Amino acid sequence: MVEKGIGARVLRKEDQRFITGRGRYTDDINQHGQAHAVFLRSPHAHARIRGIDTGAAEAMPGVLAVLTGQDVKADGLGNLVCGWLVKSKDGSPMHMGPHPLLAQEKARYVGDRVAVIVAETLEQAHDAAEAVVVDYEELGPVVALERAHDAGSLVHDEIASNLAYDWELGDKAAVDAAFAKAAHVTRIDLVNNRLVPNAIEPRAAIGHYDPGMDHYTLHVTSQNPHVHRLVMSAFVGVAPEHKLRVVAPDVGGGFGSKIFIYGEECVVLWASRKVRGRPVKWTADRSEAFLSDAHGRDHVSHAELALDQDGGFLAMRVNTKANLGAYMSTFSSCIPTYLYGTLLAGQYKTPAIYCDVQAYYTNTAPVDAYRGAGRPEASFLIETLVDQAASEIGMDPAELRRKNFVPKTAFPYQTPVALTYDTGDYEATLDEALRLVDWKGFAARKAESERRGRLRGIGLSCYIEACGLAPSQVVGSLGAGVGLWESAKVRFSHTGKVQALTGTHSHGQGHETTFAQLVSEKLGIPYEDVEVIHGDTEKTPVGMGTYGSRSLAVGGEALAKACDKLVEKGRKIAAHLLEASEADIEFKDGNFTVAGTDRSKSMGEVVFTAYVPHNYPAGLEPGMEESAFFDPPNFTYPAGTYVCELEVDPTTGTTEILRFVAVDDFGNVINPMIVEGQVHGGLAQGIGQALLEGAVYDESGQLLTGSYMDYTMPRADDVPSFEVVTASGTASHANSLGVKGCGEAGAIGAPAAVINAITNAIGRRVEMPATPEKVWRALQNTQTPQAAE
Amino acid sequence: MYSFEYHRPGSVAEAAQLLTGNEDAKLLAGGMTYIPTLKQRLAQPSAVIDLGGIAELKGIKEEAGGLTIGAMTTHGEVASSAAVRQAIPALAALASNIGDAQVRNRGTIGGSISNNDPAADYPAALVALGATVRTSKRELAAEDFFTGMFETALEEDEILTAVHLPKPEKAAYSKFANPASRYAIVGVFVARTAGGVRVAVTGAGPAVFRATEMEQALGGNFSAAALDNVTVAADALNSDIHASADYRAHLVKVMAKRAVEAAG
Repeated sequence: MVEKGIGARVLRKEDQRFITGRGRYTDDINQHGQAHAVFLRSPHAHARIRGIDTGAAEAMPGVLAVLTGQDVKADGLGNLVCGWLVKSKDGSPMHMGPHPLLAQEKARYVGDRVAVIVAETLEQAHDAAEAVVVDYEELGPVVALERAHDAGSLVHDEIASNLAYDWELGDKAAVDAAFAKAAHVTRIDLVNNRLVPNAIEPRAAIGHYDPGMDHYTLHVTSQNPHVHRLVMSAFVGVAPEHKLRVVAPDVGGGFGSKIFIYGEECVVLWASRKVRGRPVKWTADRSEAFLSDAHGRDHVSHAELALDQDGGFLAMRVNTKANLGAYMSTFSSCIPTYLYGTLLAGQYKTPAIYCDVQAYYTNTAPVDAYRGAGRPEASFLIETLVDQAASEIGMDPAELRRKNFVPKTAFPYQTPVALTYDTGDYEATLDEALRLVDWKGFAARKAESERRGRLRGIGLSCYIEACGLAPSQVVGSLGAGVGLWESAKVRFSHTGKVQALTGTHSHGQGHETTFAQLVSEKLGIPYEDVEVIHGDTEKTPVGMGTYGSRSLAVGGEALAKACDKLVEKGRKIAAHLLEASEADIEFKDGNFTVAGTDRSKSMGEVVFTAYVPHNYPAGLEPGMEESAFFDPPNFTYPAGTYVCELEVDPTTGTTEILRFVAVDDFGNVINPMIVEGQVHGGLAQGIGQALLEGAVYDESGQLLTGSYMDYTMPRADDVPSFEVVTASGTASHANSLGVKGCGEAGAIGAPAAVINAITNAIGRRVEMPATPEKVWRALQNTQTPQAAE
Repeated sequence: MYSFEYHRPGSVAEAAQLLTGNEDAKLLAGGMTYIPTLKQRLAQPSAVIDLGGIAELKGIKEEAGGLTIGAMTTHGEVASSAAVRQAIPALAALASNIGDAQVRNRGTIGGSISNNDPAADYPAALVALGATVRTSKRELAAEDFFTGMFETALEEDEILTAVHLPKPEKAAYSKFANPASRYAIVGVFVARTAGGVRVAVTGAGPAVFRATEMEQALGGNFSAAALDNVTVAADALNSDIHASADYRAHLVKVMAKRAVEAAG
């Protein structure tokens, strides 16, 4: 058995460089002759651009080029695209407003790219940006989601209204019939607050056109360099795919925001060509990140749950309005639809579900996937709705959930909203969480808090997510413009060392460690002998990238399949060397052995023979290098139960989380330490959404929360010491490893647990983020009955 | 950042000379507010005069029954000073909660009070303790020094050199921090001195102010209960995305009570 294989808590390889400051991020890279780009951004949420005078800026010291949307148009570059076609109820395709690299005719949000200034130094570029004169005609902004339908102003003049699509899923008639015979109906109105992703490393890009080679290289903060290459060549047309290399070096966090193909990276690559092959570098400052990274969430929903007289769920009905921002970003259309509506069954066997979603354009930053992407919104809605139902019918919220769980005998389970859950045991994770938190002892703890003048609350969240994106045929039938397989290449060298190349990208997930453990286990070689290579389209095989907790379930499986091919080839070579039949060769712990004998060849000997094939099977190719593609047969369905216990100080409304228990079923786990770390990060973000974070635009479309002075990121002292259990999962059937994915769970499951705990503490629900003032106000309203008028 | 001249004088006199007649010159103390301002191109000074090289502006001295703290003394030095902890522990505690460790190791008391951010902590301490502000030209009462939002009585060529804080009988500071910036949404400093009780509030209004009704109530009975019947008007208080005026008014009372309890 290998020492640091599957299941081992191996410390992360990549931490050596990250902790010692030797990470190499895009902004750390400086190229010979590099120039610097600054983007001039719109100060207005909605304005017609009557003209741009670049003359003064062009004449300033060090300026190499000032480029605008007209230059983009003149060079025939295409627009940015949204890669998922969603259809409305009536079958009509979604309305996609053009999303140019640099604004043409109109600026549509504060921070929209209006021009780029390329200069010898960054300061010169900034100076010149101030000299660009833009003649804006301000237009009425569309800001509030609730009023987007009748704002009196169109974000995209090409589209008849601000409605991008009106989508539905589920059997409306069956739902209506079930509601008609319900013994009880619970209704809820809720907001899923808008979030700013805030990766520690802001977005950055260096574009370089080499006129000698007629070749382009882009270094960019990307979660999916191959998708960048594809979109930039096939749609934007900035460079042909075979002459474009995209490198995503160390990337300091993505959380979804670095999936997308943004205008900036396309522009710096194009600008490099415009300045005769000088490399052009751009790094966002934090203010730009707040304004222009794609935001997350931003839903307003009404939901209803029909119950029978025993608390059995009969049906659920959901209407959601989703904010898309000013433009459709790379995957934005599928987030509030196929990654949201399809998850509305939760962990429950609710027989009938209907959901419809109206997605609107507004004059705000584009909204797209952010850690969880659609699934947190679904989970939050279901789990607050179920909790409210329990409260209304006077049932223990744990028991109401248990009563309605999909039982573990029912898998595979077909939900009424398109998905088929592969495996799960929801009672097991619930029971373990209740045991850990001492659910039954809560009343005594509440009484103790009361004696100290504190309101104690406890809240549950039983989340589910669909990960391992995704079966290509399924997503294709739903409108995806790409396949969502992965590929891998595993290459032995003469000396038996291995390079494992993956099309996925690690930006905090620890793939360099986890994938090395996986390959080590599969090939029976030391962990130290495996080097994982990712993030460079000229080194790695094509992959769709890292998001949707897919890297291990899809990309890891591709690696496993490539390893299997190597073992099969090794078996042929070993059989030849051992003069045995291939069928008699067993592979175990890195040795090929003739069954029932002590005659064996090590993997190292076999590999050496493959590269020095002096004595070799006839007809067999030399070398030990195999590739594999993997297209999963199904999504994976991580699920679990989170419990939050907290205290509210009624005098100020301040919430303090005392305990947070997370019991997750991630299927099989490769490195429990890394998985726990992923859960910790996700929980911090989920708690951040519940208590602290919220992007706020004022009526004119200015982002009021545009810095860390006003946007509250969770910090160490905002979160408790987490109690995380990831053992004893049910193995997924969607891949041979039995893994499900763990990257998003924390952010998906945590918000409802926190909000339900606050509701439990104070007797009414407050919207996220549940700031002290909101909680205090809710308490004022509870404690002081309104005076009769 | 725009370009500017940089000076690092060795004395207050030299700094004052550099300032005189150079109306767009700006003094730099710890730079915890000003350097981000420069980096964001929100200021374009002709010259930056760095006070970091002036020894006479640094240090904490026991003097005249109180403490004299040099303008360039960092929050970290105030927080960890044995003299401050002994004479005015509330001030040490206040300093220990300003910003984060990096800010406390760079930011200075003089920089903070000269900037007079309406949500900064020190102004409440100075006003409640009846501090005296010393400059290159004069001495004045803290209450007269803080004139409005980001406004002080400092003249263009005047340099703050130190603050003198008389030792109170009892004092405490209670702060309800903005969760994002960790500045005060409401901060209340309560001090009982030989001259009576003083209550100063920061964060809640356009600038630090005294809560005179509370001072009167506490003058007769220095206990949290004495504040029960005091009402705080919301009219003149700040209202923003972090807290409404009503909520701030409520917090002023809650923080005042907590400060009184903490003062003992």
